[in-house]
Amino acid sequence: MTMPIEAIIFYFFAAILVGAALAVISVRNSVYAALFLVLAFFTSAGIWMLLEAEFLAITLVLVYVGAVMVLFLFVVMMLDIKVEPLKAGFARYLPVGAIVALVMAAEMFLVLGAKHFGMERFPVPQPNPLGYSNTEELGRVLYTEYYYPFEIAAVILLVAIVAAIALTLRKRPETKFQDPALQIQVRKEDRLRIVKMDAEKRADQ
Amino acid sequence: MMDDLIWLIWTLAKIIGIAVPLILAVAYLTLAERKVIGFMQVRMGPNRVGPWGLFQPFADVLKLLMKEIILPAKSNRFLFLIAPVITLAPAFAAWAVVPFDDGIHLAQIDAGLLYILALTSLGVYGVIIAGWASNSKYAFLGAMRSAAQIVAYEIAMGFALVGVLIAAGTLNLNSIVTAQSGSLMHWYWLPLFPLLVIYFISGVAETNRAPFDVAEGESEIVAGFHVEYSGAAFAIFFLGEYANMILISALAALMFFGGWLSPFQGLGLEGTPLDFLTGSSFIWFFAKTCFFLYLYLWFRATFPRYRYDQIMRLGWKVFIPITIVWLLVVAVMVVYQIGWWW
Repeated sequence: MTMPIEAIIFYFFAAILVGAALAVISVRNSVYAALFLVLAFFTSAGIWMLLEAEFLAITLVLVYVGAVMVLFLFVVMMLDIKVEPLKAGFARYLPVGAIVALVMAAEMFLVLGAKHFGMERFPVPQPNPLGYSNTEELGRVLYTEYYYPFEIAAVILLVAIVAAIALTLRKRPETKFQDPALQIQVRKEDRLRIVKMDAEKRADQ
Repeated sequence: MMDDLIWLIWTLAKIIGIAVPLILAVAYLTLAERKVIGFMQVRMGPNRVGPWGLFQPFADVLKLLMKEIILPAKSNRFLFLIAPVITLAPAFAAWAVVPFDDGIHLAQIDAGLLYILALTSLGVYGVIIAGWASNSKYAFLGAMRSAAQIVAYEIAMGFALVGVLIAAGTLNLNSIVTAQSGSLMHWYWLPLFPLLVIYFISGVAETNRAPFDVAEGESEIVAGFHVEYSGAAFAIFFLGEYANMILISALAALMFFGGWLSPFQGLGLEGTPLDFLTGSSFIWFFAKTCFFLYLYLWFRATFPRYRYDQIMRLGWKVFIPITIVWLLVVAVMVVYQIGWWW
């Protein structure tokens, strides 16, 4: 039996994805962890591309890899993370962590279990006809069927932006502002004083 | 199986057909830069290697390849060496969807513009990783400056391109150009003029070129993120930067200046002896790209370096609001069919 090329590509990407995801939570260096997360995003974009969802795949790279992870990496590189203090509370947090993990696993089992989402419940997706545009289709659905959820999500994001800006804009004693409008209005007279004086004579002459 | 093999070889040939001229273009762009800036400053520029200095790029490449690659002690060896590659790869991969003439490209994908935006946004990783892996203060400061600057200007650049999307109604680069056919007055530089200006200035900032080259400000942080790089590793950074410049210029030509469309189209020259001027051709695309590349060099010879807080102010407080306002204007113009472009 020969494997179709799609399957080979899928398993190749899936193996990298799982490996990168495991590395994210297991490597010691936090910069490496962030970079492995970038790899994971990139690989899952590849898998989405296999589903012919090119718009979503490219958006994943653009938004998560190109913007979000850059800021993550930025912060991680600035922080001086010591491993020892992080490990100190391991035994204390273990029970809580285990409970959270169990609940999450149970939830995933309920939602993604074979009973409701098994292979036989869904038809094999047919390849899209030539000339089918994923981008156009998505745009049409977003602005017609899912108009209200889409707009509500947009407003929620806007509120989050306003909140984030409001948090950083508060007056703090250590922040310094410069007003470019004032800066360009500076004239020579404000900064420079020319002093006229007679030439001095040396004392020993 | 045989078909697959032929297809694979053919695609590889096309990739080489794009990449090799691109590398040559980068080589001669460096020479053009030194010559143009030299003339602007009443100097000769390089004139020793070959006639009129024409073989200078090859001498430079040879010199860089012969040099030792110095690995700083306590640097992160793997990341240090992979960072230049990460800068270079997206700069070249983005060319996959650039159409050179009507229907002549490596891959035609419907989300072509989005693909280019996604890939150009990856270039910043090379800079950050290089700065961090070098384990040097100057390199790290340069990387931080560069990353903040690229993230800021990417937004303005993305918004400027959204204006093009609204005008053309498609993300496909080939269709964006064909939507501009008609005449010089049908190209999008006219209705989208503010977006064109913002796009190109953001492009200059994105590629870390003068006057926005604080990431390598010599007087403050020596050479920024690539201060520890030497030899071939430095050459790859250089190659990536110039390939990105060419890409930004080519995109400006495609999206605002009608790509391969002739500027003499629709002037009533059809049928006259000057008819040959009106045809679409790769040459027009090449000439328009060269014009924008010349602007890059001109800027570098003309403007003093921006102060860092002014760069941030320009990106966030000036460009982004202007693009948002102009997006509204363009949307209204398209919906109510104002003007002759749509």
